[in-house]
Amino acid sequence: MSARFADPRGEPAWLRALLIAAALGFLALFLVVPVAAVFVQAFSKGVATYLAAIREPMALSAVKLTLLVAAIAVPVNTLFGLAAAWAVTRFRFRGRNLLVTLIDLPFSVSPVVSGMLFVLLFGAQGLLGPWLAERGVRVLFALPGILLATLFVTAPFVARQLIPLMESQGAAEEEAALSLGASGLQTFAWVTLPKIGWGLLYGVVLTTARAMGEFGAVSVVSGHIRGRTNTVPLHVEILYNEYQFAAAFAVASLLTLTALATLAAQALLARRLARRGVR
Amino acid sequence: MHGTWGSESARRSRSRRRAERGPLPGFGLAMGTTLLYLGLLVLLPLATVVLKSAEIPPERLLEVVASPRALASYRLTFGAALAGAAVNLVFGLIVAWVLVRYRFPGRRLVDALVDLPFALPTAVAGIALAAVYAENGWLGAPLAALGLKVAYTPLGVGVALTFIGLPFVVRSVQPVLADLDPVLEEAAATLGGSRLQTLARVVLPEILPAAATGFVLALARALGEYGSVIFIAGNLPMESEITALLIMVQLEQYDYAAATGIALVFLIASFSLLLLLNGIARLRRSGGAA
Repeated sequence: MSARFADPRGEPAWLRALLIAAALGFLALFLVVPVAAVFVQAFSKGVATYLAAIREPMALSAVKLTLLVAAIAVPVNTLFGLAAAWAVTRFRFRGRNLLVTLIDLPFSVSPVVSGMLFVLLFGAQGLLGPWLAERGVRVLFALPGILLATLFVTAPFVARQLIPLMESQGAAEEEAALSLGASGLQTFAWVTLPKIGWGLLYGVVLTTARAMGEFGAVSVVSGHIRGRTNTVPLHVEILYNEYQFAAAFAVASLLTLTALATLAAQALLARRLARRGVR
Repeated sequence: MHGTWGSESARRSRSRRRAERGPLPGFGLAMGTTLLYLGLLVLLPLATVVLKSAEIPPERLLEVVASPRALASYRLTFGAALAGAAVNLVFGLIVAWVLVRYRFPGRRLVDALVDLPFALPTAVAGIALAAVYAENGWLGAPLAALGLKVAYTPLGVGVALTFIGLPFVVRSVQPVLADLDPVLEEAAATLGGSRLQTLARVVLPEILPAAATGFVLALARALGEYGSVIFIAGNLPMESEITALLIMVQLEQYDYAAATGIALVFLIASFSLLLLLNGIARLRRSGGAA
């Protein structure tokens, strides 16, 4: 009783313990157990099988393709995010809210539908497919298709991270730099970039994670050609469907490690951003 | 952009427009890049779906969209997504509360872990959940002993969609809870309210709009989800086949008309949820509740 009077916002100790147990139990059940299962299954046939699965030529070519796609998609969408955030937060214009909704749009489209959009455009019966095929350009079941699907799915991340950040920071410092005679480019490089650095990095981390892990959209456009159009998540699916469970989980463990590294980076960056008094 | 061409009046009107927009440079470049990129990458493909579905005769479109198999997939997808979002609403509130209000060892680690469903590729989540909930799996075995089959049933779909929507309610509620003025709760306690009354009548109304946002976000994400579901669902037509998979099957059979029709249903559903979210956001701003 006395504790309640001392802290009017406190719950009784038993309720506190019960709520913590419920929260941790729920998260353990849905998050920790599946992640643990990935590693246990990956090593279920021994270390030799694990190493063989991730060193196999098909696995390596999948890793190469995934890294290549990320290496192109991340810079492109980072530039787009910077341009979009600059346009949205530094100017007043009509249709601003509509533009913000449009930037977020890919988030609300199912991954399978996202992939399908490009099949409708570039497929054999598609709008642009026949025209491009005549000129020997292959989009579907090739790198360009995988790249387009990945670009679509990851387009909003950087912009979405930067817009609220740049909104809250305001443009006073940029205006000061300009009035002191700096050029637009100088202002951007020396004033804006340092201001938004951590937030930008946060968006880049999210974009990279999604670009390397996207499954549904890429699955539609890739054609699953082994050694050619197979990304790491698709390689996991093929192995799993062939009942090579240990190998599937071994390759999946690489993606899981990437995800855990992403979470660590996110936590670190979030703390940096919090210390600067934003977010 | 430099405007060395054109008449004096045109230049003046341009500079006036610029003054209305703000003093910074780069509007044309930033806006042009943004619109060109979005137009080519997002709007053109989306317009193609609408164009393609306009080519399909209306009665064929209706037949495709309302076929028994499609209807069964909507029921399963929507039901499981709703159930998953509901579970996440309850536990998301508890997790957010515990993370904001209590201090315990490992709290920061747990906080970081909440985002796992965003970071983990969906295919990995799918095979991991399938392994855990299979009849010989860590959780599947004890549940099967209780007579509850999870993997390869609609219940499995619900489990996967709970996983995929887990962060939304937590991340929506957390900042609101952290910013909540302690004076409110103290006043309620001083006025003689029990702690439970204070929580139900003072705290809950304050965080409810944020919780609703998280719920709708989780629902929207779950409706379109594919990767994490297909490994744990049985994928039997009429029984355990989600709508996203149905589109995939139709694409593999080159039945583009059917796939386009059902994709249109999907797009309409997700845009309705987007409008709902905007409505909640407007309510939150005007209601003054954070």
